[in-house]
Amino acid sequence: MSFFKTITTKPWEKKGVIGGLDPEGAINAPNEKVALSVFLVVISVVFSLFTVGYFLRMELPDWQPLSEPGQLWFNTGLLVLSSVLFQWARNIVNSESSKHLTAAFIGGGFFAIFFITGQLVIWSNLQDAGYYMTSNPANAFYYLMTGVHAVHLLGGLWVWSKSSIKLLSGSEAKSLKLSVELCTLYWHFLLIVWIVLFAILSNT
Amino acid sequence: MAYVPLADRDHEMELHHPHTWIGKWVFCQDHKVIAIQYGSIAIFTGLVGLVLSLLFRMQLGFPETADFIDPSFYYQAVTMHGMIMVIYLLTALFLGGFGNYLIPLMCGARDMVFPFMNMLSVWVFLVSVIILMASFFVTGGPTGGGWTLYPPQTTLAGTPGHDMGIVLMLISLAVFIVATTMGGLNYVVTVLQYRCRGLTLMRLPLAVWGIFVATILALFAFPALLVAAIMMLFDLLLGTSFFMPAIIESGTPLDHNGGSPILFQHLFWFFGHPEVYIVALPAFGLVSDVLSVHARKNIFGYRMMVWAIIAIGGLSFVVWAHHMYVSGMHPYFGFFFATTTLIIAVPTAIKVYNWILTLWEGDIRLNAPMYFAIGFIFTFIHGGLTGLFLGNVVIDLPLSDTYFVVAHFHMVMGVSPVLVVFAAIYHWYPKMSGRMYHEGMAKLHFWCTFLGTYAIYLPMHYLGFLGVPRRYYALGSTDFLPASAQDLNTTITIAALFVGASQLLFLINIIWSLRSGPKAGPNPWGAASLEWQTPDTPPVHGNWGDSLPTVYRWAYDYSVPGAHQDFIPQNTPESEEPTVDAEHFDPDTDGSKADV
Repeated sequence: MSFFKTITTKPWEKKGVIGGLDPEGAINAPNEKVALSVFLVVISVVFSLFTVGYFLRMELPDWQPLSEPGQLWFNTGLLVLSSVLFQWARNIVNSESSKHLTAAFIGGGFFAIFFITGQLVIWSNLQDAGYYMTSNPANAFYYLMTGVHAVHLLGGLWVWSKSSIKLLSGSEAKSLKLSVELCTLYWHFLLIVWIVLFAILSNT
Repeated sequence: MAYVPLADRDHEMELHHPHTWIGKWVFCQDHKVIAIQYGSIAIFTGLVGLVLSLLFRMQLGFPETADFIDPSFYYQAVTMHGMIMVIYLLTALFLGGFGNYLIPLMCGARDMVFPFMNMLSVWVFLVSVIILMASFFVTGGPTGGGWTLYPPQTTLAGTPGHDMGIVLMLISLAVFIVATTMGGLNYVVTVLQYRCRGLTLMRLPLAVWGIFVATILALFAFPALLVAAIMMLFDLLLGTSFFMPAIIESGTPLDHNGGSPILFQHLFWFFGHPEVYIVALPAFGLVSDVLSVHARKNIFGYRMMVWAIIAIGGLSFVVWAHHMYVSGMHPYFGFFFATTTLIIAVPTAIKVYNWILTLWEGDIRLNAPMYFAIGFIFTFIHGGLTGLFLGNVVIDLPLSDTYFVVAHFHMVMGVSPVLVVFAAIYHWYPKMSGRMYHEGMAKLHFWCTFLGTYAIYLPMHYLGFLGVPRRYYALGSTDFLPASAQDLNTTITIAALFVGASQLLFLINIIWSLRSGPKAGPNPWGAASLEWQTPDTPPVHGNWGDSLPTVYRWAYDYSVPGAHQDFIPQNTPESEEPTVDAEHFDPDTDGSKADV
């Protein structure tokens, strides 16, 4: 039932049980997935507001654009690979199989760790080259936005590490299906966020 | 296949029955205990905020009679009072307190969807309060930059708490937002997924609708405060210039350059205005239920009430800049925000009309919750009407930063929600504790609070018209103010002290009644919504005994013609409706009114 139709019903008219097993209006998905979806919207708001702040601050005269290092392309590739491996893991658990699941799921997490390491290397290189956070707002935004993105990945890696331990200690693929799905959804989302951030940082 | 409600089908849903005192009262995953923990922490913090307000009122009413209230302390007290009341009292109490207690019960669920995360939420909230309170004990004390925390003033020497105080405030807010997000995800998913069989969204009580939409607002608005807090912490601790412009402090140029304080204001108020409705929408919902139950009538215009809650929620995100008219903006920008501000008054007014029409020809029972609920209608109309003044740019400019603004926002989002808090606590107290409170003391509490707050805030409007500026430690000798303005200030302070002291009536009443109040019975008000139909009072862990309820009707079947009682519980099937011949129905012998 559409939302509009739902809120135009007249509850005082109809008596008796309405709806089937699930309450009318409930989302046909695991609760964890519903919660994660809402949380992704919240994170989107956070990054949107940083982006709005970025564009507004950019208008002021002291802004000196930062030339983003080429290594970011390499790091982006790492994150794409991470996401691809998570998708592979998801396809494996969805097909009721467990072959290569460990490689795909654990590998996906490791490529995310490589991505964060790569981001830290770029931070270090920028520092060495004199691009300090305090020297220009464009630099400050670069560190801030890439940092906040990395923190979100670290949060994902915490969940991934718990599931990985279960996987390595012999848990059945079936029991990890939801965790793998949620990790995949989260990783795809953070990949999209990164691509948008990268596009903004590179083109301004 | 036998029907197994969603909450019982969910294999992830495990009720962690506590076996120890610590498990039951400290690290508890029962939503009702968490609600009481949330509520207790919030009320304790609110009492600190109340005492702070009385202290700075002492300075305004009786200047320089208390030695320890120096200008620094005054600004710190004003700042902490504002932040505590808005965030740590009202937001936490409505969402964490009432949200936690009522959502699972009104939805016919055993608990929240994620009980562990729910428990984590209250503990993280406590951490945020501890960090906030710690700022009283650090060098320089808490921040005194005003509750809006505007840079660059907040961070400059000369503003009290410009060093550690503001840092702790920002960290505390960030931690609070983590707690709210964990709680908020729980509330939203529980309302969507854990309603019992037959409980459609449009059969939910308005209390749940108000808390549900307010939670969505909180989830989307608090990120703006988080972003602002993070960027300001960067400015403070790492030396960036997101908000900090080039500035000279005590003759010394600071390292900051080119930042935009206005950017902070936009971020702050993008959170700050929805925050008004994060507090107001749960209050609207709760008061709707209290009015309907005690008027023995269904809520007037239920659908329109739901639509108004949704409309207000949506519109609340496009009015924020009406807090910033004096900061300078393009005239079309001001026009836009003035227009949206006036538009949001329409659904709000619809709600007021519907509350009044709910009372119209009702079988009104004038007990303490009803006193507070009706009192709320008065204060909300007064506070709302002055909002129409301030929403207009040309009227706002001269009144900005005067006591008119202080009077407006205290009436509309201070006194009004607090009256609903009291209405709701008195109304649900019998369910929460199993005991009745002392009715006479509660009514006395109402009259002291209601008349007392009018004695405080009505004269403030007049002070505002005179041009008395807010936030000033002392007015000094100003030509444009008559000497009588000080007399008015003294009167306001006396009223404030009286109102503050009268809250002891409330505390004594609810604490005394826990042990000594008469037994309440399961449904002393004769209410139709689900929380009053639990097999145990107070409800035990799991709420519903062996099986979850099934809902057959909406939550407002009151005074249904021909029914034996003047209410029909939501979980009563049509076939079991006790009916009598309407001509022989004697409401005076109606059993539902017993036990009160």
